[in-house]
Parts: sequence; structure tokens; C-alpha cells
Amino acid sequence: MSGILSLTTYLPLVGVAAILIARGLARSEAAAAQSARWVALIATLATFALSVLLVAAFRPSVAGFQFNESFAWFGGLNYRMGVDGISVLFVLLTAFLMPLCVIASWRSVTNRVVEYMIAFLVLETLVIGVFCALDLLVFYLFFEGQLVPMFLIIGIWGGKNRVYAAFKFFLYTLLGSVLMLAAILAMISIAHTSSIPDLLAYHFSGSVQMWLWLAFFASFAVKLPMWPVHTWLPDAHVEAPTAGSVILAGILLKMGGYGFMRFSLPMFPDASHAFTPLVFALSVIAIVYTSLVAFRQDDMKKLIAYSSVAHMGFVTLGIFSGTLQGEQGALFQMLSHGLISGALFLCVGVVYDRMHTREIAFYGGLVSRMPIYAAVFMLFTMGNVGLPGTSGFVGEILTLTGTYGAATWPAIIAVTGVILSAVYALTLYRRVVFGQLINPALNAITDLASAEMLVFAPLIVGTLVLGFHPGYVFDITTGAAAHLTEAYRAAVGR
Amino acid sequence: MSPQLAVTLIVFAPLAGALVAGLFGRLIGHRVAQIVTTGLLFVACALAWVTFRQVFGGAWPHAFTVTLAPFIHVGRFVSDWSIRIDSLSAVMLVVVTSVSALVHLYSWGYMRTDPHRARFFAYLSLFTFAMLALVTAADFMQLFFGWEGVGLASYLLIGFWYEKPTANAAAIKAFVVNRVGDAGFALGIMTVFWAFGSIRFADVFPLVASHADLAWRFGSAQFRLMDLACVLLFIGAMGKSAQFLLHTWLPDAMEGPTPVSALIHAATMVTAGVYMVCLLSPMFEAAPVAKGVVTVVGAITCLFAATIGLAQNDIKRVIAYSTCSQLGYMFFAAGIGAYPAAMFHLFTHAFFKALLFLGAGSVIEAMHHEQDMRHMGALWNKTPITYVVMLLGTLAITGVGIPGLDLGFAGFYSKDAIINAAYVASATQGTAMFAFICGVVAAGLTSFYSWRLIFMTFHGHAKWGAHEAHGHDAHADHGAHGHGAHTPHESPWVMILPLILLSVGAVFAGGVFDESFVGGDRAGFWGSALSATTSGTLLDQIHHLPQWVVLAPLAVTAVGFFAAWYYYIAREGLAARIAARRGLLWAFLYNKWYFDELYDAVFVRGAKALGDLFWKGGDKKLIDGLGPDGVSEVSYAVGRGVSRVQTGYVYHYAFVMLLGVAGLVSYALWAFR
Repeated sequence: MSGILSLTTYLPLVGVAAILIARGLARSEAAAAQSARWVALIATLATFALSVLLVAAFRPSVAGFQFNESFAWFGGLNYRMGVDGISVLFVLLTAFLMPLCVIASWRSVTNRVVEYMIAFLVLETLVIGVFCALDLLVFYLFFEGQLVPMFLIIGIWGGKNRVYAAFKFFLYTLLGSVLMLAAILAMISIAHTSSIPDLLAYHFSGSVQMWLWLAFFASFAVKLPMWPVHTWLPDAHVEAPTAGSVILAGILLKMGGYGFMRFSLPMFPDASHAFTPLVFALSVIAIVYTSLVAFRQDDMKKLIAYSSVAHMGFVTLGIFSGTLQGEQGALFQMLSHGLISGALFLCVGVVYDRMHTREIAFYGGLVSRMPIYAAVFMLFTMGNVGLPGTSGFVGEILTLTGTYGAATWPAIIAVTGVILSAVYALTLYRRVVFGQLINPALNAITDLASAEMLVFAPLIVGTLVLGFHPGYVFDITTGAAAHLTEAYRAAVGR
Repeated sequence: MSPQLAVTLIVFAPLAGALVAGLFGRLIGHRVAQIVTTGLLFVACALAWVTFRQVFGGAWPHAFTVTLAPFIHVGRFVSDWSIRIDSLSAVMLVVVTSVSALVHLYSWGYMRTDPHRARFFAYLSLFTFAMLALVTAADFMQLFFGWEGVGLASYLLIGFWYEKPTANAAAIKAFVVNRVGDAGFALGIMTVFWAFGSIRFADVFPLVASHADLAWRFGSAQFRLMDLACVLLFIGAMGKSAQFLLHTWLPDAMEGPTPVSALIHAATMVTAGVYMVCLLSPMFEAAPVAKGVVTVVGAITCLFAATIGLAQNDIKRVIAYSTCSQLGYMFFAAGIGAYPAAMFHLFTHAFFKALLFLGAGSVIEAMHHEQDMRHMGALWNKTPITYVVMLLGTLAITGVGIPGLDLGFAGFYSKDAIINAAYVASATQGTAMFAFICGVVAAGLTSFYSWRLIFMTFHGHAKWGAHEAHGHDAHADHGAHGHGAHTPHESPWVMILPLILLSVGAVFAGGVFDESFVGGDRAGFWGSALSATTSGTLLDQIHHLPQWVVLAPLAVTAVGFFAAWYYYIAREGLAARIAARRGLLWAFLYNKWYFDELYDAVFVRGAKALGDLFWKGGDKKLIDGLGPDGVSEVSYAVGRGVSRVQTGYVYHYAFVMLLGVAGLVSYALWAFR
């Protein structure tokens, strides 16, 4: 199976080439667009198939990284790839969401379809690359590279304020990136290696750890995002096309949490330990603050975007709790949030495609015209609320439990998020779906089409299966999460 | 059939029904959906009674657990999907499936014209499944799953008539208030996990004795471990069982269809809190402070809810407050340690309260969806069967019986056992005397509001006649046919049959099971399912009480009856005139002690104001203003075609962010270390 990681990573680029060739051969703009859609679908499905193979062949009992690839690159640099229990499921999640994004964009994107599909395929390559990269510089290239297609997706296919949102997104993330690049260069000059496995074994001295941790933190905190550097997210979501939001919430945010688990905790354990109160403080502020802000939103997407920030607060709590329950919970929460928030943005997209507004007050009483949609939206609302039986619950209870094990105050404050999520999520649902259908514009609104059902079905299955049998995830992540926890606890002497 | 298979079928039959009706309801039609869900529920009910008999008859093991599949396994945080059968869960299986089956059947009639019947039955069965998962849980996670699952079903059913804004509001309120309780519950589970290293009952209970006195740091204070854990868990029970402070959702939940009120908001779900305290009795026994809290909260609720019940005019709300009050009895029984008495009252209450609710539904149906008792009256000969069964229910809830002969309706046995146990316990527990007094006074109030309901609804002058006549004068000579459709009528047999069956329970459930639940047979009956540390002595002594204690409940019940008779029969109209004066006390009770107003002002408006403050002040002004206000400049620049990024802004922003980071670090280090 050697080479499967690079194959999975670059397969979408083959799709890009195919799209370009097809465009050259196409007789009309419309034909080029249609072929781009099909090629993108096939390429993303093939990538998904590969990622399934990857996970199937993954051996959880093996310590360290698997499917390693390593060869000299240019300028004395090494190209290294490999996955462990922490990263492998993110590859699967990415490859799983991408075909759904292509289908969801099938009809709703009509402008510059060829470029749109290319942007998504390039994005997929870069995101998978982030999770597979085992060399700091390779990681950095992928990590920063994905800014460009995402920036374009928002800036070209976005809504009215897309330029503002795209630049806000770009500037925030760039700020973090600059600091991270400085840290990466510093790490290489100190440790004389850019290999992540080697760096994981390297011990940085205390004060160096502090600075490196802060630099990485700036980047990951923006990406996740954590309070108070979260304000780019609602704008980016509101302006992004539906599929852009799905990828943004479903995958791009997770790179922050992944970064904490890959770099901050294992490489700078002393700093992580020292800064844990800071992370806990920012996390619980995020949970309470953004939940309350979500409650007051008039725009469906903004509401869900703010709720994402709150949910990511649980992730950072779990990671920095340094407990097995916290790490497993954080990983699970990220995967689960990828399904649920992605699905919620798709739910918004369904009515946006029909009515071209996301204003909550415009809707109301949809259940009488769209019963299937109402049921689907209800399921994911409950997932967002963290109801047991959905995957949302498992991550929440485990991260909370892990946090409690580290410190009780953050757990006590964070648990209010469980109440507040019910407030904003059920209020949104009630205002959009329940009540009487008063707005005459909604009289002719149609229920989910079969293509839309096709997009939702896998997400529904995923949310419920993981809700009732989270072991499918834990079986894969346990070894790596346990190793991370033990190493961290040993390093900080707990 | 093996015991394992039987109990598995009991739990999953309702789920199968819910899935069939929910997913294929449109395909198979309402009728088939009804038949499937109800049929499966009756199967589950029959098997539950078999289980009950076999477990107590000794044919099956007295306690066994079927482990079905893993749920969450993370380190020592281990939970499995399982079915735990012991005396406690066997009793609950019978209660839940019996009431649920009858409510399913009743709904054939009550919901017969509703266009969304299939969905209704799907929700009812889904609820039943979640409730069964709750009572058969072998660890805290499945317990929590069932706990929140019944909350979901409750939310869906309260808001079943989704076009009604009040129903939607009530549904959200129920969910959110329950979540407040669940937050405490979750913290309790976490405390248990970190203290015991397990969330399985079978692992935790044996360690209680050795761990109970540990000092436990929670927040900024030290607590005794077992008291802390039990109080946190009890907060969950307060939410689910609508106890004082977290009770506000229950009366509003009456927005749901009446069968829902009977099943969920009277007989089963709201008793989950009581069940939980009894289930965890080995833990509560080692937590005297927590027991005191349970006793006081239960006692306050039993009295407080009864006072509100005095002044309500909506027939369902009266019964809702009555439920709240009766749950208070169960809690203080559990609080003083008389767990068998709490479970006994839970058991009998399920029958007579479901009966009263379904009877009220029959009245509402007869009155064409009128719920205000001021517009009723003199219905006894229009709906004779409903009248008789409601009378039986009232006799049961007021606990009518003859102490000397030990003969009475269901509530007589269970409620008197609680009040008497409280008196016995008052010798050793300070809070028990308070509970005893509250219990006796509330018994009088119970009698008053229950008979008031009967009198206002079934006796006195018919208020509906005049009411109707006014609107229909012009049509008077259209003859009896058109007008006849508007006179109250008895309900169809599918509604009457469940009423009759429940009234059998309301009459006999007390006398038949008295010996087993709280009498001489109780040790064999409960086995090790309930802690007998305190209850043993308490229940032994309730037969050796001063005469006045034995007669007190009966005396106040009689007083309540005569007061109701005086105000609503002898001087009919007097109560209405008192209400019309809008005195302070009346207004205080009528407005439910102003809890809704208080919570609205503090929590609802507070959350909105904070949300606005954080959003407009925090995000927009402070964060975006200090930080990326340069962003807008940049975007303007871009708009003008100038794509040069103004680098000065980046430093500006970085500086602000680092300042903030520094400030928060110091704050956080100070706060959490």
C-alpha cells in the first residue's frame, strides 16, 4: 500500500487535468461545465474510495505512523507522508464530504463552473495533504496553500459582501500563518530537522517551547477559530456558497484542532501545560459568548457559524485537558461536527437555493410544504444540540468529562453550552420550520429533490451510526490518542 | 421464551413501531400505522407483565442484565447498550408499557381526525422506547440517553400541533428547562466517573461506602464526595420531574395533545427523576446532605404546586400542578429514605393520574375542545362513564380509605405510607418533620382542587348551555339535529375502554400491591434493588403510629372535600366572585407565584441582552473595531482597484491581539490556579 497517501492526495489534481482537457475539447460553455461536474464527481468519488481503502488497511494497533513515504525533495528538503490514528479519519472525512459538495453544487452553481470545480479539487488535494504531511515545510505548504482556493471560492462564488469576507478570512489566517512560519523556521534551525516524527521525539527547552507554542497557537486559534479571533468565520460563511461553507465548517476548521494535537501538545508539552488555563478560558468564553450571540442572529448561516465556534470550544477544552477522554472526545467532536455542521449548512442551502434568502424571518411553517426537509433538519438540529443517539453527544460528553478531570471550573461553565445550544438551535428550527406558513412566497416551495436526498442520506447515516456506535471511530483513534495522552502526561509530570 | 429474549422484545417492540410509523407512515397510511404501533405496544405490555410475574414469582433470576452492544468505550469510561432487569426496572416496565399501550389505544379515538396521526403514533412509540431504555440502563450513559431521549419525544409531542405558537414555545421551554437539569446531571456523572473510575452502576455501588467521605474539589470549594455527586444528579431529577424552581415547563407542556399529557407528563417521564433517586439509593443513602435537599425540595414542591392548583381554571393545568405536587410526595419519600414508598406512589399514581388526564381528555372532547372549567358544569349525565371513572380517579388521588380496616383506593395506601414514613423519620431527620407537615397540608389542598375539578366540571349549573345558546339563537328552529351536535357527548369506546382499565388500577393497585411494595413482603419483593438501610426501620414503624398521625391525612382530605363542596356546590358562584375581586393571594396563586414572569425577566431577557451585547458590542465594535477595522479599509481599497495590502494594519492587529492574549493569560492563570 505504499504510495496510497500521495495517490489519495493528488488524485483530485488528476481530475483537474481532466477538466482542463475536457474544456479544451468541449464545444460550448455549457458542455464544458457539465463535463467539469461529472469529472469532479468521479474524481472525488475515486478519492473517497481510496480513502476508504486507506482506513480499511489502517492498523490501529501499530504505534506511530503508517503508509510512510519519504524521499529527498529539492534543496535538501525531504518529502514525507504518513498517517496515524489522529489524522487518518480526517482524510476520510475530507474525501467523504467532497463528493457531497460537488453534488450539492450541481445545480446551484452556474457561474464559472469549470473554475469552481477546479478550485474544489485543488482544495481537496491541499486539505488531504495537510493531514498526511509528515514534514514541517510540506505541511506548511499545504496548510497555507488551501487559503488560496478557499479565498477564491468565497471571493468569486460568494454573496454580496464576498470581497470583504474573503479579505477578512485571508488576513486573519495570514496573520497566524506568518507567525507559524517563523516558528517553523526556528524549529528547523534548533532541531536541525523538519521531519515531524523526529520533531515529535525532540525535546525543546522550556522558554523556546513557550514562543513556539504561542506562534503555532496564533495560527491554529485563528483557524479553529477560537474566541476572540473568530469574527472572520461568520462573515466567511455568510458569503461563501453552500459547498464552501460545508468544507469550511466541515474540514478547514478541524485543521486547527488537528494542529494542536499534532504539534502543540506533543512537541511543546510544557508550554501546553502552562498555557492550559489560557486555552480553557478562551474556550469557555467561546462556548458561552458565541452561543449567546448565535441566539440573536437573523441570518441562518451566521447562526450556524457562531454555533460552530461554540462547538470548537469543546474541542480545545478536550485537547488541552490532557486526558484520554478529552483527546478522544475532541477527535470525535471534530469528525462529528464535520458531518453535522456540514449538513446544517446544506439544510440552509436547500431553502436558499429556492428562495435566495437566508433571513430567518422570511421563513416559517416550512413543515407543511417540506415534511421530509423538516425531518432531516430536525435530525441535524438535534445533532447540533448534542442529543444522545447522534454523534454530537458523544464528543460533547467526552470532552466535558475530560475537562472535568483536568479542572472543574471550565467544565462547570462549559456545561452551560449544553443548555444554550438547545436555546439557539431549537429557536432557529421553530422560526424556520414550525409555525404557520404565512409568507405567500413560500406557498410553492418544494420538498427535497432526490439529488438533495442523495447528499443528506450519507450524512444522516453517519450521524446516527456514530451516535449509537462511536466505537467505529474509537477503534481507530484509541492507540494514537492514548499515546498522545500518556506522552503528554509523562512530559508534564501528571 | 428466554428471559433475555423477552426483555429485549419489550424494549425494542416500541422502537420497531416508531420506525415503521415514522418512516413509512405516509406509505402505509394512518390506520396501519396505528395498528402496528399499538399492536407492538400491547405485545410489549403483555411481555412486561410476564416479566413482572416471573421475576417476582422466582421463575426467572431476580436480577439479570442483557448486554447488547458497546456504546462508548474510552479508557475506563465504559458504557454498553444493555437491559438491566431487577425488581425496580420490572415495576417500571409494567408501568410504562401498560400506560403506554392504553394511551396508544385511547389515541385512536382522541386523535381520529388529526391529519398527522401516523407521526403522532410514531412519537408515542419512540417515547416509550426511550423510557424503556432509561429504566433498563445498567450505566449512567444509557440512563442519560434515555433521559434525553424521553426529553426529545416530549419536545416533539408538546409541539405536535406545530402551527400553534403557544405549543412551539412550550416545547422549547420544556426542552431547555430540562437541559438545565441535564447539565447538573451531566456534571454528576462526571463526578462519579472521576471519583469511581467507572460509570457502571454495578462498579460504582460497591465502592460507595469506601468513597463517600472523600473530600472533593468542585469549582472553588471542597465538598463531601457523595453529597456533591448526589445533589448534582438530583438537579437532573428536578428538571425531568418538574420540581420546585425547574417546574415551570410542566404546566405549559399541557399544550400537547391530552394523551401525551397522560403518558409523558403524568404517568411515566416525569417520574423518571423519582426512579433515578430510587435506582441510585445506595448512593443517596451515603449522602445525608443530598437526602435533605431531596426531602426539602420534594416537600416544597408538593405544597407549592398544590397551592397553584387551587386557582387554575384550565382542567389540564389543574391536573398538571397536581402531578407536580404528587411528584413532590415521591421525592420527599425518597429523600427520607423510604424508597419503597416512593416507588409505590409512583406506581399507583401512574394509574390514577393517567386516568384523570385521559378522563379530562374525554371531557375536553365532549366539550368540543373547551378546556376552561368555568365553561363546563353539569356534565355528569352527559358523559356518565367519564364521570364515574373521574370520580374513581379523584377518590384514588385524594387517598380515600378506612385506616382501621386498611381498605381504600390506590392513593390511600401509597400516600399514607409516605406521610406516615415522614412522621417516623422526623424522629431522626430534621427535614422530615417539614416534609410531614407539607405533606399533610398538601393532602388537604389536593382534596380541595381535585373535588373542585369534579364539581366545576360535572356538577352545578351547565355553563356551556347558555354559552352555546347565545351563539345559536338564530338557528334554534333548525331542530335538534344541528344543535345536538354541539351538546356534550360521551366519547367512543376506544377512549372509554382504556379509562375503565385504568380505573381498575386506580381502585385496586394500592390494596393488591401494598404488602409487596411497602408491607411485610417488601424485602423479598425489592431484593437488592433498593437500599433498605433506612427504609427498613421506617416502614416497619409506620404501623405503630399515634392515632392522630394516622387520621390526619383523612381529616384534611375531608376538610378539603367540604370546602370544595361549599364553594362550588352549596354557594356556587362564590368562588367566581372571589376571583373577580382579584385579591393579592388569589392573584399570586393564579399567576403561579409569578415564576414565569421572574424567569422571563432574568433568564430570557438576560440571555437576549447579553447576546446582543456580545454580538454588537463585543464582536462588531470591540473585536472587529480594534482589530480588523483596517479590513474595511483594505476592502475599500480593493473596491477601488488598489490591491496593495496595507502592511501597517497587520502589525496593528497583531499588537492588539497580543495585548489581549497577555491580559487573558494573567487573568486565567489567576482564576484557575
